[in-house]
Amino acid sequence: MTTNGISGEKIRAFLFDNIVTIIFLGFVVFGFLVSDTFTPSSFTNDIISRFFRNGVLVLSLIIPIMAGLGLNFGIVVGALAGLLSIVFVRYHYALFPGIGGLLLCFAIATPIAILFGFLTGKLYNKTRGQEMVASLIVGFFAGGLYEIFLLFGVGGIIPVRWGHRMINPVAEGVRPVGIRSSFEMGLPAAEMTGRGFANEVPGMARALNNLWRVEFVYALAAVSIAVFAFLVIRRIYMKKNAAAFSALNEPLWAFCVKIALCGAVVLFAIFSSGQIYYWYHVLYNDPYITRLDLLPGISNFAVEISRIDRVPVVTGLVIAAVGLFIVYFSKTKLGQDCRSVGQSQQIANVSGINVDRTRIISTIISTVLAAWGMIIFLQDMGHVSTYTVHRNIGFFSVAAILVGGATAARASVKNAMVGLLLFHAMFIVSPAVGLFVFNDGNAGEYMRTFMVYGVIGVSLGLYVWKANKAARDKERLRDNDDKLMANLPMVGLNEASGMDD
Amino acid sequence: MSRNLLEFKGVSKNYSGNQVLNDVSFDIRPGEIHALIGENGAGKSTLMNILFGMPVIHTTGGYEGEMELNGEKMEVTSPFDAMALGIGMVHQEFMLIPGFTIAENIKLNREIEKDNTVNKITSTLFGKRMKTLDFKQMNKDARIALDKLDMSIEEFTLVKGLPIGYMQFVEIAREIDKTGLKLLVLDEPTAVLTESEAESLLKAMRSISKRGIAIIFISHRLNEIIAAADRVTILRDGELVITKDVKDTNTLEIAEYMVGRKVSIERTSQQRELSDEIKLTVKGLRVAMPNERVKGVSFEVRKGEIFGIGGLAGQGKLGIANGIMGMYEAKGEVTMGDVALPLNDTRKMLDSGLSFVSEDRKEVGLLVEKAIDYNIMFTAMNIKSEFLNAFKMTDKKKIRKHARKMIEMLDIRCTSEKQHTGRLSGGNQQKVCVARALTQKPTILFVSEPTRGIDIGAKKLILDLLLELSRDQGMTIIMTSSELAELCSICDRIAIICEGEVAGILPPDASPTKFGLLMSGIKDLEGGQA
Repeated sequence: MTTNGISGEKIRAFLFDNIVTIIFLGFVVFGFLVSDTFTPSSFTNDIISRFFRNGVLVLSLIIPIMAGLGLNFGIVVGALAGLLSIVFVRYHYALFPGIGGLLLCFAIATPIAILFGFLTGKLYNKTRGQEMVASLIVGFFAGGLYEIFLLFGVGGIIPVRWGHRMINPVAEGVRPVGIRSSFEMGLPAAEMTGRGFANEVPGMARALNNLWRVEFVYALAAVSIAVFAFLVIRRIYMKKNAAAFSALNEPLWAFCVKIALCGAVVLFAIFSSGQIYYWYHVLYNDPYITRLDLLPGISNFAVEISRIDRVPVVTGLVIAAVGLFIVYFSKTKLGQDCRSVGQSQQIANVSGINVDRTRIISTIISTVLAAWGMIIFLQDMGHVSTYTVHRNIGFFSVAAILVGGATAARASVKNAMVGLLLFHAMFIVSPAVGLFVFNDGNAGEYMRTFMVYGVIGVSLGLYVWKANKAARDKERLRDNDDKLMANLPMVGLNEASGMDD
Repeated sequence: MSRNLLEFKGVSKNYSGNQVLNDVSFDIRPGEIHALIGENGAGKSTLMNILFGMPVIHTTGGYEGEMELNGEKMEVTSPFDAMALGIGMVHQEFMLIPGFTIAENIKLNREIEKDNTVNKITSTLFGKRMKTLDFKQMNKDARIALDKLDMSIEEFTLVKGLPIGYMQFVEIAREIDKTGLKLLVLDEPTAVLTESEAESLLKAMRSISKRGIAIIFISHRLNEIIAAADRVTILRDGELVITKDVKDTNTLEIAEYMVGRKVSIERTSQQRELSDEIKLTVKGLRVAMPNERVKGVSFEVRKGEIFGIGGLAGQGKLGIANGIMGMYEAKGEVTMGDVALPLNDTRKMLDSGLSFVSEDRKEVGLLVEKAIDYNIMFTAMNIKSEFLNAFKMTDKKKIRKHARKMIEMLDIRCTSEKQHTGRLSGGNQQKVCVARALTQKPTILFVSEPTRGIDIGAKKLILDLLLELSRDQGMTIIMTSSELAELCSICDRIAIICEGEVAGILPPDASPTKFGLLMSGIKDLEGGQA
């Protein structure tokens, strides 16, 4: 079944299938080349912080795609569940400080998200065939309700304390109404020391991130070695199992390329880890040296590496856990049902699968993951723009997963990860591109917007175009019909083809 | 205990007064291959729908009579009941998921779950659908089922990209894999197969039946029935004609039973003298109409002739007119007189004086939201710029006058020429379609299924009208119809289409046996007697 050859046809198909990813890659490389504002460390810092901030949100899109619901712009509804829980916990900030408050957010958001997801799933079942449009609208609609609730319901219906830092300030004696347009998540204990916040209750900002941070290159070494081992072991294991090997469909050259790339990263990570370890720990044994570049004899390389922020391990583990859950889920009965439903609702139904229920469950899972994703997003950001922060969540997450090579019908954890990196790299370089092309840094802002909606438009357009093409091909004359023609008898006038009367 | 596996006892069914099955009784024995044959509308599919408890039966008032399985009365209210009782079906349109492997398709919704500790924990916590699947065991089971059918293809191949013949086998393998399968229904399984594929299917059927599984084999290919079946049951117009042992009969006899002598509409005119001038020549026409694919037909039609095109549903007869008129992609040569006509160009065809009354009245034939007069003049206005005044605006007076003339001529029953066509009865809608075609003053008129869904009175009127057009105006008419009787009543010659090709052309007074044989694709008598 697998062929190892590379033909022009195959390359064309590959380019066509990955056109969005390729365009983005080109854009990022171009931006990097034309700009003189980035250093490798600042670029990496930007990327990794955005990666950990948005990871779970983007992953939340995969299961609905698997179940044939398309791109779930409705994860906004889940994000709102997360926001509501944060508003609640943050209002009672003194009771729930630090990581405890954050965990409470997860606990409160989950049942709300389940309810929201159930209702959204019901809606998708009623708008069958138009789920993506429905998800877009339900996001706007729910966002509107949420805004009204926080503007007028809080204080209007639910009494709130006068003078609370989250509530709109009013004159004394006037009934306080509405949450402020932005509020802080509150500094974590670790970031307060020596900054004059001694009497403050620690907040939830970066509460999860700060649990355990590790030097970037160490983490990179660990992850790349794990990936390397995974690639090798998978190959060995699958070779023994014909069925699995066929499903993997990994020609030898592809394996070699992967191994080479991964190996290069491993070598780089080990080398830089050695440098960092040497300068920080062996030589000075003080992890809080700030001006490493002043050290005598240090290389530029080591300085640059040292400028990369430490990565939040626990947040990374949460993202990995969600990714693993999605892979595990796809191997369960429910996951298999989702895939069946996603490919053909009619056939799934005829086979006795409860199609509506399966779709609702997948929407619920997506909504819950989005709620958690929103909490992780906001703890990373550290402050909340109460009435605007949810608005772009759907679009940006969808655009990211599409950039990673997903379509409205097919998505994987790999797509989400690649997309996260590439999409946010685009975000970072677009001001530089704007400056280069239009000689105006602000143009980069418009460029971003253009890229976000552009990628969604192009992906959906390509997807529909391909689907239509497949449908059209069914109605085309087939080549083997031509062969049938070769020995066709001509039935002429008054000839009753061998049956004379 | 009865020796019969399944017994139909006086099964009747009517759809809102239309009797589609009338007191049908026959039995199926364990391990036999029982062929079921009949023309379209003979009641085969209705009978199978009853057997499988399809919703369409229950939402239209159920059925009369009863069915017995192993001598016990059988209650089937849904396809899942039938499945539970060990009755399986291989569908004509495949129920396969293209993105799944063969094994995954065979095990669709019957997946095997792993029985391990992790699964016990997750299923208690999150419900039993959170158990992981045992793909290895699923592949093994699929392998066993495929081996029973002598299929060497790997069970982990994706269904997407398999040849159509293989898909059929995968469906059968799925049924075999179900434990307790007693009866398997194959609905036209060979229709999509090549000759060698069909042969291996018949072989597989025999080996399945040797395992004690009975097979109901619905087919129109008489040769295959003779070759594979033990007994054959023939249905005609909803009634049981006969059940016979195959060894006591032959294709000729079955064909005759199938078509019968049912001349419900008397032929009004005798064989006519026609000019020898050839008006239309079709050479090697191929049309990509879904489910009605034309795979190369050639015929000639004389001036003033009524040329009939008949055949079973799905064999391609409808594709011919649709293809010539440019509704679907077509290849081949079509010449009118000496002039070659361009295919895939509806406008040019209409300009050349061809006109088409489609079998699909609601979607293609009519603008159901528009008034009768507008419908009648619509094409003529667009093609010939008729019914327009000096300012290129519609000439209402002229339209009204013409519409009234047509309404009178064709006896269209309506409140006025301004009535929306969507509100008219089927017969009157059809008359509007014909009126529109006539308004173009065509030299060649294609009519497809002109009497579908029309009551007997209106039927006669339309057929008489066609006859009149041909006789008095010398119009050349090519009429496509599923009803052989109506073709025989007015056509001068009838071409029978089978599997996208012309099986043969017969005069209207040929014997029903010959029509029956041609419909089954048996072109010569030698083959028929085999």
